[in-house]
Amino acid sequence: MKLRTMLTAATAALALAAGAAAAETVKIGIAAEPYPPFAAPDSAGNWSGWEVEIAKAICEAQDMTCEITPTGWDGIIPSLMGEQIDVIMASMSITEERAKKIDFTDHYYKTPAVIVTSNGSGIEPTPEGLSGKIIGVQASTTHQTYAQKHFEDVAAEIRIYQTQDEANQDLYSGRVDAVQADSIAMADFVASDIGACCEIVGAVADDVAILGQGIGAGVRKGDDALREQLNAGIAAILENGTHDEITQKYFATTIYSK
Amino acid sequence: MEQALELLSLSPPGWGANLLRGLVASIQIALGAFGFGLIIGFFGAMGKLYGSPWVRDLLEVYTTVVRAVPELVLILILYYVGTDIINNIAGAMGRGPVEISGIAAGIWVLGIVQGAYSTEILRGAIKAVPPGQIEAARAFGMPRGLLARRVTIPAMTAFAIPGLANLWLIATKDTALLAVVGFSELTLETRQAAQSTRAYFTFFLAAGFLYLMVTLLSGVVFGRIEKWARRGQPSHRGTP
Amino acid sequence: MGAARPTIASGYAMIRAMMIPRRLIMLGLFAAFVIWCAATLDWSWIPAYAPLALSGLWVTIWLLVVSLVLGFALAVPLGLAQAIGPWYLAAPARAFCTVIRGTPLLLQIWLLYFGLGSLFPQFPWIRESELWPYLRQAWPYAILSLTLSYAGYEGEVMRGAFASVQKGQIEAARAFGMPRFTMFRRIWLPQAIRQALPTLGGETILQLKATPLVATITIVELYAVAARVRQDTFIIYEPLLLLALGYMLIAGVITLGFRWIERRGPRM
Repeated sequence: MKLRTMLTAATAALALAAGAAAAETVKIGIAAEPYPPFAAPDSAGNWSGWEVEIAKAICEAQDMTCEITPTGWDGIIPSLMGEQIDVIMASMSITEERAKKIDFTDHYYKTPAVIVTSNGSGIEPTPEGLSGKIIGVQASTTHQTYAQKHFEDVAAEIRIYQTQDEANQDLYSGRVDAVQADSIAMADFVASDIGACCEIVGAVADDVAILGQGIGAGVRKGDDALREQLNAGIAAILENGTHDEITQKYFATTIYSK
Repeated sequence: MEQALELLSLSPPGWGANLLRGLVASIQIALGAFGFGLIIGFFGAMGKLYGSPWVRDLLEVYTTVVRAVPELVLILILYYVGTDIINNIAGAMGRGPVEISGIAAGIWVLGIVQGAYSTEILRGAIKAVPPGQIEAARAFGMPRGLLARRVTIPAMTAFAIPGLANLWLIATKDTALLAVVGFSELTLETRQAAQSTRAYFTFFLAAGFLYLMVTLLSGVVFGRIEKWARRGQPSHRGTP
Repeated sequence: MGAARPTIASGYAMIRAMMIPRRLIMLGLFAAFVIWCAATLDWSWIPAYAPLALSGLWVTIWLLVVSLVLGFALAVPLGLAQAIGPWYLAAPARAFCTVIRGTPLLLQIWLLYFGLGSLFPQFPWIRESELWPYLRQAWPYAILSLTLSYAGYEGEVMRGAFASVQKGQIEAARAFGMPRFTMFRRIWLPQAIRQALPTLGGETILQLKATPLVATITIVELYAVAARVRQDTFIIYEPLLLLALGYMLIAGVITLGFRWIERRGPRM
């Protein structure tokens, strides 16, 4: 990362007009992979879902012009730092590790992490229950970090997938015994037709250091004006009921807790 | 089968249009990268043949590195380096971050990779031109630009075509690697369609069919071009 | 590899070729770049990931060697069928090579892994079968796709190699009443391999460059380790640079190895 800061420093020194005008449109980066019900494309290529609507509502509340920009999840933080996008709103948990690189807004949702297995597997969401099993997780997620810390020693294998959907697919095909992921995303999966194979067996024990303090929007370090603007937007939609309204469209229960 | 056709239909809820859109993006990137690579390759070949020892050594490093490192790794490095450089230039000029389209970025990264192979192919092709032809033109006092345009390039084209045809196919297939970086092209569109509908098998087969069609059509087109490029050559020479 | 220079015949000559002032300056600049990288970039992650990187390197080499051996074993009949086989063998062999060479490897890998995987639940007996423990792993799909890909490309090379073996030699062998299989084993195959040898080094490096693609189906090889470092620590350039260097070293070893084999091989 130092290389990048040095490049920036070098060119910044050269720059005569250092005060780069802020981009007029705020580019909100979402993961370019379907992650229903939070974000998914239709066949016309338009992205919709709970998180997309929340993003638009925040922008509207703050009179910002926003553009939803799908970006590979794998490189979403580098994309933010490389200024291809200005905000990350991709169901990203606020963790200490990430907070070293980017700043987070207040959280706009918070849900537990769960273990999903095939129906009647009898697997418990504990290290004992998962001993000798193959566990699938998505790369670069808190679930990967959690599984590697708590299950690595007991599990037969922790298999890391590029997208959540590929992990789900392998749970369906039977190539993994269990998947650890977000409870809401998994509730949506088990309700789908191929998800009928599987059930949520319960939440994993909490580990705040890893699982984080909920889902927040990520901005570049030092981009405080934008962060404050987003915080105000999040507060506003929580206040005026827009958050609840959008949530009711997608979920039976609330997914926000302080 | 009926279900598969429904999924592939061109109008929503079918995903056929997405695949075609991805195919168009893939072909655009491949064409751009191939062209960009040819430009690099032309200057690279000239540099390798007629350049100073410094130029030759540097080009040797370029072609060796590109041909030894996996395309996927090169794509990632070039992507991050490229966006960093552009943003830094834009920053230095006092402008905000520049939006780099996936297609432009794809052309840039694949073009650099293609350039290394183009350099080798064109170098070989130029060397295959009988030196007498170039010497004769020189003896008549033909200027260098005219010599390149009227003698070297037309004469080497026939030798370069088979290698370039192969390189074009590599370009079309390498666009698939951009899916790993998250660029929207045929393979990524296919993956999104497959994940959204869970019909992995159907969509990957369909995309494979599209790629195969591009390959086969390209074969026909390049066959024609080669025939055209060889016009006027004595027929007993055959393929080099 | 077109970069292979016949003039550089030994390590000694290679060192001498570097002893030109211009190259010494370039080497100096390169060394300065390496030192600058070592001194200013962030390498603090290396100790934590070194064991994983070593196992990744092992997986890469293992995938490469196994797929090369199996792929070549498949390429010989594919080439033979196309060169001299009857049409009912030549046509499918040709179709196979065309399909493999006409579609991206990444797509082939995904079709085999995710495409086949999505069909499993429709056939419950698969899970009862003895193959199931293997089908659950990712490596059989990686080996299968890499092997088929190599066989497709090398099959085409072998076709040319078999076709180029001179007729006179075959006729001479036949005149001596050599049995067909012996003729194949003693004359045809060695000559074809000899013909294909100069391209084998290049094809092997191409295959090495194909291995990172299986990282997308959860195989933890060299590239996947670098990707893991990038994802865990958000350090971009350092793991990628080291990864590129690693692949260049492996490619270098392959090139030298093939040059050595070529020099030792019987002259024609």
